[in-house]
Amino acid sequence: MKTKNKNTGTIQPKRRSFWKQLKKDWSLWTFCIPGMVLTFIFSYIPMYGVQIAFRRYNAKAGIWGSEWVGLHHFIRFFNSPYFSRTMSNTIILNLYGLIVSFPVPIILALLLNSFRHAKYRKVIQAVTYAPHFISTVVMCGMLILFLSPSIGVINTVIKMFGGDAINFMAKKEYWRHLYVWSGVWQGMGWSSVIYFAALSGVSPELHESARCDGATKFQLIRYIDLPMILPTATILLIMDCGGILSSSFEKAYALQNDLNASVSELIATYTYKVGMLDNNMSYSSAIGLFNTVVNLILLTIVNKASDKLSGTSLF
Amino acid sequence: MKKGNAAPKKKIKRCREDVIFDTVVFIILTLIFLIVAYPLWWVIISSFSDPTAVSAGQVIWRPIGFTLKGYSMVLGDSSIVRSFINSIVYTVCGVLANLAVTLPTAYALSKDKFAGKKVVTIFYMITMFFGGGMIPTYLVVKNLHLLNSMWSLILPGCLSVYNMIVARTFFKTNISEELYEAGEIDGCTHGKFFFKVALPLSGAIVAIMVLYYGVGHWNSYFSALLYISDQDKFPLQLVLRRILITNEAALSQTATSPEAKKALEEMKKTMEVMKYSLIIISSVPVLILYPFIQRHFVKGVMIGSIKG
Repeated sequence: MKTKNKNTGTIQPKRRSFWKQLKKDWSLWTFCIPGMVLTFIFSYIPMYGVQIAFRRYNAKAGIWGSEWVGLHHFIRFFNSPYFSRTMSNTIILNLYGLIVSFPVPIILALLLNSFRHAKYRKVIQAVTYAPHFISTVVMCGMLILFLSPSIGVINTVIKMFGGDAINFMAKKEYWRHLYVWSGVWQGMGWSSVIYFAALSGVSPELHESARCDGATKFQLIRYIDLPMILPTATILLIMDCGGILSSSFEKAYALQNDLNASVSELIATYTYKVGMLDNNMSYSSAIGLFNTVVNLILLTIVNKASDKLSGTSLF
Repeated sequence: MKKGNAAPKKKIKRCREDVIFDTVVFIILTLIFLIVAYPLWWVIISSFSDPTAVSAGQVIWRPIGFTLKGYSMVLGDSSIVRSFINSIVYTVCGVLANLAVTLPTAYALSKDKFAGKKVVTIFYMITMFFGGGMIPTYLVVKNLHLLNSMWSLILPGCLSVYNMIVARTFFKTNISEELYEAGEIDGCTHGKFFFKVALPLSGAIVAIMVLYYGVGHWNSYFSALLYISDQDKFPLQLVLRRILITNEAALSQTATSPEAKKALEEMKKTMEVMKYSLIIISSVPVLILYPFIQRHFVKGVMIGSIKG
């Protein structure tokens, strides 16, 4: 384009016209069309349909025909006892989860990286990755079996030492610990992959010269490895913080029962119950929309803060 | 990494602190290994053990009274077998649809000269941060009459933006622009180039996508919980949920009177071993592919992390 302009000497607009570009790139556009159509139908139309959160949805009248009630559903949610309960449950659970499951993979990657036996390391990696591929249902099923008061191993051991069997799933004080630590069990190995990858980018010369200067292995980790994975860790922390109000529905719902509902009722499970089981679609959409918006705001704030503090940001 | 460190290690003697350090690392890693491996091992040995031994809590280190009762019970249950087949069909069709949508989009976005690149990227980025939520999506699926159909599990979420970015990064770094230009001179269009040149050179990324999406389809139960109510169409995970999770709660709640408890105990014994076998059988497809999966999944994470 540019050289052509120089040769002819005429003044042409720098950008080609829209239609010309379309004609030039039509084949690439057709590549994009299937995905865009599907994404439009299943992501953008629901964004438009979220307005039922401001209406009293009536299946017969459809979205447009339903009566407009403004912020009615939001106010109802804020005033209901479920608001503080689901909000605090979600925040406590996610904060607890974040504090525990954020550092563990970093530590695991650092340890694996400074481990001397290459073969044993491969075995440990293969085994710790495995739980990641187990489905949520199976993981929760295993947890329930493992902790079962009648046949679970944990209770067998407790009984062996003369203690009484504990029905872990029925005690609400254990629920959060079970949720978070089973998540660590399942995700720790897999989350360490990305840090391990970052660590393999550390040049061996750096370690060698530090060793020559008499650094201990612990100092290598502290002064070389840790700073190397800090940017990766920051990005992941931002993303995790942004999701502090978005909980995994699948796991919470699978581990939920009537006895632990007072701590296990999260925004996501409540949204599902209200919308799908009670068929209260507008109210449920309002809760969901509220959750999405708060998430978006949180992500923006954390991202800004991180940008100011460390210069690392997501967008 | 390891080899690079090996040489100086011989020259420089490990000081006392290093010896302590190595020992501590060894102990911690072994502990982690045991904590992760033991529950998996326990499920495996329990699935092969005698029901009475399992319910007496005797099965701790190795199988006791080897039997395949649990497995034959699982394979004899028609609803489990049907849902297993359903899950295979959903996974295969789902992955094919995922590939058909994801790879072309990724290819188009890997071309710097593509004028629509920015528009399309923004189009997808928005969906990462904002969405209509559960109910509005449900209404769309319902209005399209997709409830209780396989397509309700496949079409929404057909393109995962994260996977698409991984594939785009792969195309960008592995399929050079010069290659396309060489083809273009000989009259090759994008369509031809994609199918005849780019795809055959991208076996690795196709494998990664198949596994990422495949494991996702196989393991998910949320969309089926929302959209599928017909029992004949349940995927395996929903049936698993009924047997492993809902059932457990029901049994522990109803066991109040002594007679009921005894009858339930008997039923539990046989049911219990079946649960372990069911866990193993449901994981078989993933277990078979595991060596494969692990390598490719790790590769995928690496490609994804380049983008950050």
